[in-house]
Amino acid sequence: MVVDLIFLIFLAIGLIFNTLGVIGILRFPDVFTRLHAETKTTTFGTIFLGLAVVVYGASHFFGTGDGQYIVLSVHTIIAVIALAFTNATGAHAIARAAHRSGQKPAEAVVDRLAEVNP
Amino acid sequence: MIDAWFFAVIVLAVLIVLSIVRLILGPTAPDRVVALDTVNTLTVASMILLGALYRQVIFIDVAIVYALLSFVSTLYIAKYLGGEM
Repeated sequence: MVVDLIFLIFLAIGLIFNTLGVIGILRFPDVFTRLHAETKTTTFGTIFLGLAVVVYGASHFFGTGDGQYIVLSVHTIIAVIALAFTNATGAHAIARAAHRSGQKPAEAVVDRLAEVNP
Repeated sequence: MIDAWFFAVIVLAVLIVLSIVRLILGPTAPDRVVALDTVNTLTVASMILLGALYRQVIFIDVAIVYALLSFVSTLYIAKYLGGEM
């Protein structure tokens, strides 16, 4: 079954990227590098976990014709879109708040925000 | 098929526990906020997988509301940390 293979590949990609994000927030030295590691990899991995659910629901809908599977797929698409937009905006707000609260990047060469907003 | 969903949910639970380690250890407040944001995202992902595992659409509706409410709470904490409230 090729659909099962696609679904397992999406699930594996999502779990691997979520694991990399959590390793990043445990290992990186600074709040900005931790934010950089966490927000991108976790959003990417969660998008792929949602894609696995969408593929699963669509394949079962076309296999059985049951209406609840397509409801599952559409609601998962809405949840993934909401998560993708809110994660990016939240990460921007956290980085700006960390910079305003006095944390500076440890080994930065250029800090443009400190020139604009000292 | 069921075993794959269940394994994925267990892996996400282990990752949530590892994020809570950073939330407890974190030296400053923005580190804790980053760890809390990770916990929120992984909770939404595990709710989507549980909705597919048990075939209940209500889990995914709860995940949508949880994502939007955690976004609002993150913005409020960020405003407070930045000294703008």
